[in-house]
Amino acid sequence: MGSMKEIFNSLLLRELFKGLSVTGRYMFAKKITVQYPEDKTPQSFRFRGLHALRRYPNGEERCIACKLCEAVCPAQAITIESEQRSDGSRRTTRYDIDLTKCIFCGFCEEACPVDAIVETRVYEYHGESRGDLYYTKAMLLANGDRYEKQIAEDRELDSKYR
Amino acid sequence: MMVAALQELLQGFFGSAFPLVWTLLKIVLIIAPLLLSVAYLTFWERKVIGWMQVRIGPNRVGPWGLIQPIADGLKLLLKEVVIPTGADKSVFLIAPMFAFAPALAAWAVVPFNDTLVLANVNASLLYIMSITSIGVYGIILSGWASNSKYAFLGGMRSAAQMISYEVAMGLALVVVLMVSNSLNLGDIVGSQSQGYFADKGFGVLSWNWLPLLPMFVVYLVAIVAETNRAPFDLAEGESEIVGFHVEYSGMAFAVFFLAEYANMILVSALTSILFLGGWLSPVGFLPHSILWLFIKISFVLFVFLWIRATFPRYRYDQIMRLGWKVFIPLCLIWLVVVGCWMMSPLSIWK
Repeated sequence: MGSMKEIFNSLLLRELFKGLSVTGRYMFAKKITVQYPEDKTPQSFRFRGLHALRRYPNGEERCIACKLCEAVCPAQAITIESEQRSDGSRRTTRYDIDLTKCIFCGFCEEACPVDAIVETRVYEYHGESRGDLYYTKAMLLANGDRYEKQIAEDRELDSKYR
Repeated sequence: MMVAALQELLQGFFGSAFPLVWTLLKIVLIIAPLLLSVAYLTFWERKVIGWMQVRIGPNRVGPWGLIQPIADGLKLLLKEVVIPTGADKSVFLIAPMFAFAPALAAWAVVPFNDTLVLANVNASLLYIMSITSIGVYGIILSGWASNSKYAFLGGMRSAAQMISYEVAMGLALVVVLMVSNSLNLGDIVGSQSQGYFADKGFGVLSWNWLPLLPMFVVYLVAIVAETNRAPFDLAEGESEIVGFHVEYSGMAFAVFFLAEYANMILVSALTSILFLGGWLSPVGFLPHSILWLFIKISFVLFVFLWIRATFPRYRYDQIMRLGWKVFIPLCLIWLVVVGCWMMSPLSIWK
């Protein structure tokens, strides 16, 4: 009896019609496509995009060349060289991030004791040759200057959880 | 009126070559819209499948994405046609045409309404069956000429699949021939215009699909397999298994694609004519018109896309099992059943 029912069901293509009804219904469902350049998906304040080096409000750069980020970086994308300045403080002479190596894990950001290296929400950048994505200290500081408002806002939102 | 005037003008101009010119003109009138529909069928397919996957589908090139097929075509035209080393160059290039030409040639006998047909052949269904079979040569030759064992195996597989389903398809068609008593496509449509329901004004119930429902289903599945479409699109299953056109690129590949879509339109037209009453109107109070034929063809094509969006791909042995162990016995049994039905007093085909 059971097998007869099975044969009957398969000859009547019952399961096939069930499947077709699902796709048929979804054809008229509301579409969930986000039309990218015009619309964008919402971002978290913890979004890990393009890197930036921050400054204090008085213009002094935050980075103290402790090299924790360089040490923690799993992709070894960060290269730092430092020297002592005439006022006795230690600063970097070279701070490079190779974004072609970077895996955007956010460890550098976490390791930093002075919130100097951060990852911003910016993800729309590109390089047209390999070297273009090798970000030097000047470029990273420029990023920091450019996006400081957003960076500060995001750190503020995150401060409750830190 | 206009046609007669044009005919006279051309007759004066071309003289004895006129019949040839006139036929050529008619061929162009069929082929040009057909190629345009092939292009827009690819677009419509991407749209429909997109909607069924809760996406929008192509909408960037031109208004609502309407220029998309032209952009696709241009891209394929500009790409290089790579010919593998050791490939049989001439056969390699002729094979796609072998696949494409039958899909166009078959339109010669397809009737659009009771008078509008390029060649009103008495054995038109036989002509279509034989000319579409040539398409298999395109596939097997392309597999052989590629000088690649994958393409060769893929070609053999696709050819075996198409031939197997042609048997089931042919048997389903035999039943249609039996009830309509003719091989002429126009007469087959004509035979669907009479019957109990047609007299009552419900022509839709007198068409062949209802009394021959099991054959209609077999035929629908067989044409999907015959045109190598999902869920029987093993030739395209690049992730599991390679097909006959692995070595093709650029326009040579595009011709295979055009062939697939032209075949889809052709078999949809055949389905409409054989089972869905061609240009006949579904209800008594609306006139018969060529528009009905176009609506029916579009509907069958939509079913093709709907099926593609719904079902996962068959495994090769499952395809062969379905064709040989299910469809062919089913067709043979139904052939006898319909034969008995026709001879019994209950026959509806008098």
